[in-house]
Amino acid sequence: MKEQLQKDFDNTIKNLNLSQKDIEIKKFYLENFINKGFPNRRKEDWKFSDLNQIIKKNIGELSFYSDYTSTNKVDTSAFVDGLEHNKIVFINGRIEKIDFDYEKKDQIEIIDQSETINKFNNNSSLSDLNSAFTNKSFKIVVKEGYQLTKPLIIYHTTNSKIWSKNINLRLNFELYENSSLRLIDLFKDTSEKNFLNIFYNFDLKENSVLKNYKVDKLENNNIKYSFNNIDQDKNSISETFILSSGSNFCKNEINCNLNGEYSSAFVNGIFSINNNKHHEIRTIINHLTENTKSYQLIKSVLEDSSRAVYQGKIFVNSKAQKTDGYQLSKAILLNKDSEFNAKPELEIYADDVKCSHGSASGSLNEDSIFYLMSRGLNYQQSRELLINGFLLDVVEKITDPEVKNLIKNMIGIKE
Amino acid sequence: MDNRQKEIDNLKDYKYGFTTDIENTRAPKGLNEDVIRFISNIKNEPQWMLNFRLKAFERFKQLKEPDWQKPKYPKIDYQNLYYYSAPKSMKDKPKNLDDLDPKLLETYKKLGIPLQEQKRLNGIAVDAVFDSVSVATTFREELTKQGIIFCPISEAIQNHPELVKKYLGSVIPVTDHFFATLNSAVFTDGSFAYIPEGVRCPMELSTYFRINASNTGQFERTLIVADKGSYVSYLEGCTAPMRDENQLHAANVELVALDDAEIKYSTVQNWYPGDKDGKGGIYNFVTKRGLCKGKNSKISWTQVETGSAITWKYPSCILKGDNSVGEFYSIAITNNHQKADTGTKMMHLGKNTKSKIISKGISAGFSDMTYRGLVDISSKAANSNNYTQCDSLLMGNKCGAHTVPYIKNKNSESNIAHEATTSKISEEQLHYCQQRGLSAEEAVGLIVNGFCKEVLQQLPMEFAVEAQKLVGISLEGSVG
Repeated sequence: MKEQLQKDFDNTIKNLNLSQKDIEIKKFYLENFINKGFPNRRKEDWKFSDLNQIIKKNIGELSFYSDYTSTNKVDTSAFVDGLEHNKIVFINGRIEKIDFDYEKKDQIEIIDQSETINKFNNNSSLSDLNSAFTNKSFKIVVKEGYQLTKPLIIYHTTNSKIWSKNINLRLNFELYENSSLRLIDLFKDTSEKNFLNIFYNFDLKENSVLKNYKVDKLENNNIKYSFNNIDQDKNSISETFILSSGSNFCKNEINCNLNGEYSSAFVNGIFSINNNKHHEIRTIINHLTENTKSYQLIKSVLEDSSRAVYQGKIFVNSKAQKTDGYQLSKAILLNKDSEFNAKPELEIYADDVKCSHGSASGSLNEDSIFYLMSRGLNYQQSRELLINGFLLDVVEKITDPEVKNLIKNMIGIKE
Repeated sequence: MDNRQKEIDNLKDYKYGFTTDIENTRAPKGLNEDVIRFISNIKNEPQWMLNFRLKAFERFKQLKEPDWQKPKYPKIDYQNLYYYSAPKSMKDKPKNLDDLDPKLLETYKKLGIPLQEQKRLNGIAVDAVFDSVSVATTFREELTKQGIIFCPISEAIQNHPELVKKYLGSVIPVTDHFFATLNSAVFTDGSFAYIPEGVRCPMELSTYFRINASNTGQFERTLIVADKGSYVSYLEGCTAPMRDENQLHAANVELVALDDAEIKYSTVQNWYPGDKDGKGGIYNFVTKRGLCKGKNSKISWTQVETGSAITWKYPSCILKGDNSVGEFYSIAITNNHQKADTGTKMMHLGKNTKSKIISKGISAGFSDMTYRGLVDISSKAANSNNYTQCDSLLMGNKCGAHTVPYIKNKNSESNIAHEATTSKISEEQLHYCQQRGLSAEEAVGLIVNGFCKEVLQQLPMEFAVEAQKLVGISLEGSVG
C-alpha cells in the first residue's frame, strides 16, 4: 500500500497549486498515515469495527488519486423536491456547486482554505489521510445575528465513474454570535466499493444554533467514515441527527466540546440496517465547564446478519459542576445472526453532576405482538407497527418541523 | 457517642499495619527457571506440576505487560522480587495448632482470625496463608467426615493429584494473560476445596491471606470444585503490613461448578492502601474466574474492596452449562490516592443462562474508580438474560468515577439491560438526617450504607457486620 500511497500522493500534488510549505505539511501527514495505517481492532476506538479488515475484505486495493481537473454534470433531478434549500454539491469528491440563493449575500462568507492546511482537533490516522489528500477545503462563515432562512443541503453524490477510490472531504463551519444554521447531509451513491473519509469542523460562538442531519438512506456498497468536531461557546446549542442505513459500512463520530456555560448538545441516531451491513456511531461529549447539558438517544433495528455498534462517552471535567448528561441506546435484534455491541462510557471528575446511561438490547416484545394481533392485525403488520413506533421516538426528537417531515417521508415512517 | 468516637479513633489508622518479626526462608531474588525449580523442589512437587509451571513461564516470557487499564503505576521490576517466602518454622509442617509458631498464632489473633479451636463456635473453617504458604487449616476432621477436602493447594497436589490435575488451569489456562501466567509459573500456595456430589458444605470455608515479608510478591492460587448438586460458601480476607514500597499481589482463583452445584465466593479485601499521600500500598492484580460447567449451576461473586493502592480485577463467570446463573455484587470504595479498576465479565455460552451485576462505587479524596465490565451473549446462548446496574457516588471534585461497560449481544432471543448513574449525596438527604440529630459523618455513613445495601445483603452474616464497619471507616475524613 505504501508505494501506491506515495505514487497517488505525487499525482495529487501535481494537480494542486500549493506552496512549498503546504506540500511539506501534506507530506508530514502522509508520513503519519503511512506509519499508522488504517485503524484496526487493536485500537480501542475501533475495537468493534476493524476498518483495516473491512477495507481489505470489501475493496481490496484502494487508489488514493482522483482526477479533479474535469467537471461533472450536476443532475438537478436528484435535488430534494418540495423544500426550498441552499446547496453544496459534491460529485465524486469534487465540489461542483455552492449555492446560497435564498440568503443575504453579505451575511455568508465562503472562504477557500485549500491552500492553508488547518490543524484538525484529531490525531487519528484517518485525519492524517484526510489532511494529506483533500484537494479543496472551504470554510463557511455565518455572520453575527444571521439566521439562514432555508436549510443547507449538502449532496454527497458518487457515480459509477469511480471504483475502489478513497475520497477525502473537509468542510469548516463558523457560526458567529446569535446565528443559526440547519444543515442536511444527503448521501446518494450509485458507485460501489469506495471509501469516503469526511471531516467537518464546527465552531459555534455564543448563542448560536447548529442543527445537523445526516441521512444515509440509499442502498450502496461504499464504506464511509465521517467525523464531526463541534466546539461550543456559551449558550450555544448543537443538534445532530444520524440516520445510518444505506452504506455497506458506515461509522459516524461526533466529538463535542462544551466549552461555554449553558451550552448543550443533542445527539440522536437511528440504525436501520440489514444484510451484512456493519454500522457504528461513536460519540464523545466533553463537558468542560459548569451548567452544560447533553442528551443522546440511539435506537437500532437490526435485520439479517447486520451488526451495529454504539460507543458513547460522556466526559465531565472537574470544573464542570452541575452537568446534566444522559445517554440511552436501545436495540431490537430481528434475526438470530444480527449483533449489537455497545460501550456506553462515563468518565466523571466532578461530584455535583447528574449523569446516567442506559443500554438495552433484545428481541421484539412478543407480548406486544400478541396484543396487536388479538386486535386484528396480522403478524407482519404488528411487527411493522412496533418497529415504526420504536424509531419514530427518535425522529420526533428533531426540533425542525420542515426537516422532520422530510426525514419522515424519506424513511417512510407513518404516524 | 464517646464509644463510637473511640472506636473510630482506633480504626482510623490501618489497624492491620503491624509486621510480625518472624524468621523467613526465601527463594533467591529474581525470576528465572531456577527459582521456579526451587519453588517446585521445596514443595516436593511431582514432575507434572513442574512442567505446568515451566510451560507457564515459557509463555510468560513472550507476554507483554498490559497497559490499557485506567490506573497507571510505575514499572514493576520483576527481577527485584522474592517469589517465595515462608516462615522458617514451617519447614516441617506442624501436625496441629499447638505445634505452630506462637508468633504466628499471635499474628492471626491480632487479625481476629479464629485459628484456635476454642473459637469453634464461630463455625468457620479457616485456611490461613502467611506470605507464600498456608500455615494452618482448621476444622479439617469435621469436613473430612462429609468427604469435603479443604486443604492448602500444595497438600492437594500431593494427596489428590487426580483432582488437581483435572481442574487446575481448566478455567484460567497457563496461556492466559500476563499476571495470570506469572501466577501459574510461580504460585506458592493457596487453598483447595472439593465438595463431593450432593454435599451441602455445613460451614463457611474461609481463607485468610497475610503478606508479611517485604519485597515479596504474593502469588496464591485457589481452586474450588463443587461436584454435582453440591453447595459451598467461601470467604476470603486479606491484610498486609504498612510499608513504604508497593507490593505486588497477583493471585489466581478458579471456581468450577458442575451440574446443579452452587458456589458463593465472598471477598473482603482490605490490603494496606498506602498512606494519605499515596505512598506505599498493595497492587492487587488478581485474576478470578468461575466456570459454570454443568447444567443449572450457579456462581456468585460478592466483593467489598476497600484496601489496596491499586485494585485491578474482574471476577468473571463463564456460563457454559445450560440454565446456569452468574452473579456479581460489588462495593468498591476508594479514598485518598487509591485507584480501582474493577468489574466483571459474564460470558454467556449456554442456553437460558442468566447473569446479574450490581456494582456500587464510592470515590472520595483524590481517588479514581472505574467500573469496567463485559457482558457477552454468544449466538448459541438462546433465551439468555443479563441485568446490569452500576451506581457511583462521588465525594468532592478531586476524585473520579468512571463506567466502561462493554455490551455484546449476538443472540436475538436474549435480552440485555444496563443502567448506570453517577451522583453525589444529595443535600436534602443529608439535611434530613442531620435534622434528626445525626452528625454529618454519621449521616454520610448511614446514606452510604443504604447505597451499598443491595450488595451487603449478599454477604454471609459474619462478614456483613465487618464489611459494614469497613465501609464507614474507609470514608472517615472524606466529609466536609
